[in-house]
Amino acid sequence: MTDIAIVGMAQTPYRRRRDDANFAELIYGVTCEALDDAGLEIGDIDNFITVSNDFWDGRTISSMAVQDACGSSFDGGRNVSTVEGDGTFGLLYGMMRILSGAYQTTLVVVHCKGSEGNMRLITNGMFDYIYTRPLGIEATGAAALQARRYMDKYKLTEEDFAHVSIKNRGNALRNPNAQLAETLSLDQVMASKPIASPLKLHDISPISDGAAAVVLAHRNVANKLGRKPVWVKGIAHCSEAHFLGDRDLAEAPALRDAAFRAYQMAGIEDPFAEIDLVELYDAYSYMEPLWFEELGFCPKGKGAELIRLGATAFDGPLPVNPSGGVLSAHAVLVAGLARVIEASLQIRGEAGERQVEGPVELALAHGINGPCGQSHCVVILGE
Amino acid sequence: MSRSAEENIIFDGRIRMPYKWAAGETSSYFLTQLRDHAKLWGTRCSVCQVIFIPPRKNCPRCVTADTTWVELPSRGVLQTFAVIYFSEPLLQPSEPPYIYGIVKLDGADTGLTHFLGEVAPGELRSGMRMEAVFKNKEDRSGLITDLLYFRPEGGSAS
Ligand SMILES: [Zn+2]
Repeated sequence: MTDIAIVGMAQTPYRRRRDDANFAELIYGVTCEALDDAGLEIGDIDNFITVSNDFWDGRTISSMAVQDACGSSFDGGRNVSTVEGDGTFGLLYGMMRILSGAYQTTLVVVHCKGSEGNMRLITNGMFDYIYTRPLGIEATGAAALQARRYMDKYKLTEEDFAHVSIKNRGNALRNPNAQLAETLSLDQVMASKPIASPLKLHDISPISDGAAAVVLAHRNVANKLGRKPVWVKGIAHCSEAHFLGDRDLAEAPALRDAAFRAYQMAGIEDPFAEIDLVELYDAYSYMEPLWFEELGFCPKGKGAELIRLGATAFDGPLPVNPSGGVLSAHAVLVAGLARVIEASLQIRGEAGERQVEGPVELALAHGINGPCGQSHCVVILGE
Repeated sequence: MSRSAEENIIFDGRIRMPYKWAAGETSSYFLTQLRDHAKLWGTRCSVCQVIFIPPRKNCPRCVTADTTWVELPSRGVLQTFAVIYFSEPLLQPSEPPYIYGIVKLDGADTGLTHFLGEVAPGELRSGMRMEAVFKNKEDRSGLITDLLYFRPEGGSAS
């Protein structure tokens, strides 16, 4: 499919805390930069998608808090709609609105300040109030249940997961936007503080503040702009059961399904051979091999081995998270759109110091939402 | 406009929002059975035969409302577990460390997430037989925490 292109993009640096800017100020910054990047003006945008979460923002209808800043009130007000979920879902929704024929361009903006609320209380709030929330379980406790199940089923070890943190935090050294960039040793990861065993401090993404924006355009507009469009060649979304106990947490059938449909749309038959670069949502170290396997790059249970052998290293045959990934910066909701932006920069050849060797003609970006990757969005981007 | 403030003002805030959530007819039955009889009930889909706990008014897989109640034994198999070490007093029901597990009760097709107790983390293995421990009748109040935790079957891991 080459109907919709990403023609402009911007992201803030991701930092533990941004005392100097509120939500709207973060959004205004990325809005201006993304429009500049596209060579468009605010009057050229006829549809807006804001992505936010009421619990993180501490207000209801949080999407409306950034209307002024993203320009959707320009000229008496343009169409604005909202997504409460990962930024990749905002991208999908924005695309669909252009494909409806009603709009030519869409600005998708997303923000989150993890520093301002309480991550544990907020993620506890995603569980049902009868059976699960009263246990006090939150995102990391649930992720630990998934990590253990994945280890047990496929005979993996905590060391296997440690190699993901070593790779991604090391990749982050090339990315000025990353929050945690460091050279880690296996011993350092293994000796890091247990948080929710089997997960330790270095297996877990940080709390971050940040924002991102993407300008989407129909090909009628995209082909007239000066800059090389990054085409959305395939995209699909799928969600599975909410209750953790309804799922086999070592499997992600929703991701398998989303990947299958996105590959079909993009005409991909052999993802490992055809895709040049992957940016996926590694909120915890174990997620990278788990998602990598479900994306069809290797058989189940073999992802960790490929990481250890360097197949997904910065200079490997299929770089995964050359940006440092979510393990290095995790503004929730923003992180999926950040994956799209990182993959798009690589396709443009504009990723700076973190640009991988060789041409990136086809890249995959991935976002998740809900506990233990309950829902997934897979985006195939290409020249 | 460029920034002219010499300092960043930070507000302390807190949202206090009391709710009165209806458990609904299906969970109300489950919770009263738990409270009054220390029994765990699931629902069986009459079409696909899958037994769900927590119970559902309709089968989430085929979406029929043609479901029936099934009493489940209070014992089953440990699917996975997590040992919580971090401290968050605003959230946590007890001092860490404590343990979560998912237990698939015998006959059920889904697992129930709850606490594990009377066991040291090092003694736990996925696949272990577990049994439910309930609060005393006079202390039960119709909450999921009327089930205190699952412990290794027979009361000891060894
Ligand atoms: Zn059914």
